[in-house]
Amino acid sequence: MSKPRNPYSFPAMLKRGIITENPVLVQTLGMCPSLATSTSVSNALGMGLSVTLILICSNVMISLLRKLIPDRIRIAAYITLIAGFVTAVEMLLNAYLPSLSESLGIFIPLIVVNCIILARAEAFAAKNTVYRSFKDGIAVGLGFTFALVLISSVRELLGSGTLLGYPVLGASYPDATLFLMAPGAFLVLGFVVAGFRKITSKKEGK
Amino acid sequence: MTFASVLSIMISCIFVENFVLVKFYGICPFLGVSRKMGSSVGMGLAVIFVMTISSLITHAVDVFLLIPFEITYLRTIAFILIIAALVQVVEMFLHKFVPALYSALGIYLPLITTNCAVLGSAIVISQKGAEFGFIEAVLYGVFSGVGFMMALVIFSSVRERLEFTPCPKAFEGLPRTLIAAGLVAMAFMGFSGLKIF
Repeated sequence: MSKPRNPYSFPAMLKRGIITENPVLVQTLGMCPSLATSTSVSNALGMGLSVTLILICSNVMISLLRKLIPDRIRIAAYITLIAGFVTAVEMLLNAYLPSLSESLGIFIPLIVVNCIILARAEAFAAKNTVYRSFKDGIAVGLGFTFALVLISSVRELLGSGTLLGYPVLGASYPDATLFLMAPGAFLVLGFVVAGFRKITSKKEGK
Repeated sequence: MTFASVLSIMISCIFVENFVLVKFYGICPFLGVSRKMGSSVGMGLAVIFVMTISSLITHAVDVFLLIPFEITYLRTIAFILIIAALVQVVEMFLHKFVPALYSALGIYLPLITTNCAVLGSAIVISQKGAEFGFIEAVLYGVFSGVGFMMALVIFSSVRERLEFTPCPKAFEGLPRTLIAAGLVAMAFMGFSGLKIF
């Protein structure tokens, strides 16, 4: 590490986005998609990477336009820009990954109101350079993807005994469908957040 | 429009497909505002109010503009702009003409723009296609809002008790709130499959 102290170096930003300031597990943003689209690891990956792509685009664009957008209408301007990118991703998924787009359903257009994207626009992209905002988009997007994959692997493993569709727990495993349904989502997310806190607080304590 | 179909929309929106506990729309305000009974009622009323009007307007725009001109791919952008503008207008209107209601809903109104329940209901209605007329769309908006408010109120009374119970340090705050929400959602699973006719 040549510049360990620089808070805007890429490794430092990645560490913050994925571990110490993870958008879902620490900041509790973007709860709706993390509960709804974490039924299987492949759904979670699809959702996570879609959000990452949109986040990178919106961060870069908002950072580019940050001196042009009047302060009073900035939120409306951000939402319009984000909605544009979401529509583009929606159409791309529809054309190239129709099965994924089918299973994510309404949660693709709902990325527009995902608080993570608006929060990064307001808290980071509106104040920082384009290159930094680009890196921030990657870091926070990967943090979101990481959290989603973590939750979904627990749910898929317990719910249907598979990981990414491959059987892990063997054919005799009775499917615990509860974990694939709404209550299971809340329960698993609760335990995952608690476990994540326990592990990270231990590390900090050393 | 028969009474049975009104009842069926009502039951399905409030219980069977509860926006928060079954379909996961509007989880952020659900977790954020449900700490006190009073604030959940305020947020719930604000959502019912906006959702009713937004269902009507977005449905009208969908039927009279987006579908005839074959620009349905603009739905997401159009709907979110309508909702954002509507929230602004409602806020200004209440501020000027119904100040009592404004001061009651005040802080919750701006938050509604990014409440995915409102955009969610607009999109769900647009996906229902021709079977949904204007009355159905408005009813869907009203009752989804009622379902949202009910989930908030139920959960806030669970949470008011939860605040003072001891629990392991790692579970304090969000994790135990989520687990409690899971248990409430489990109760709502009992309604799945319920049909009027």
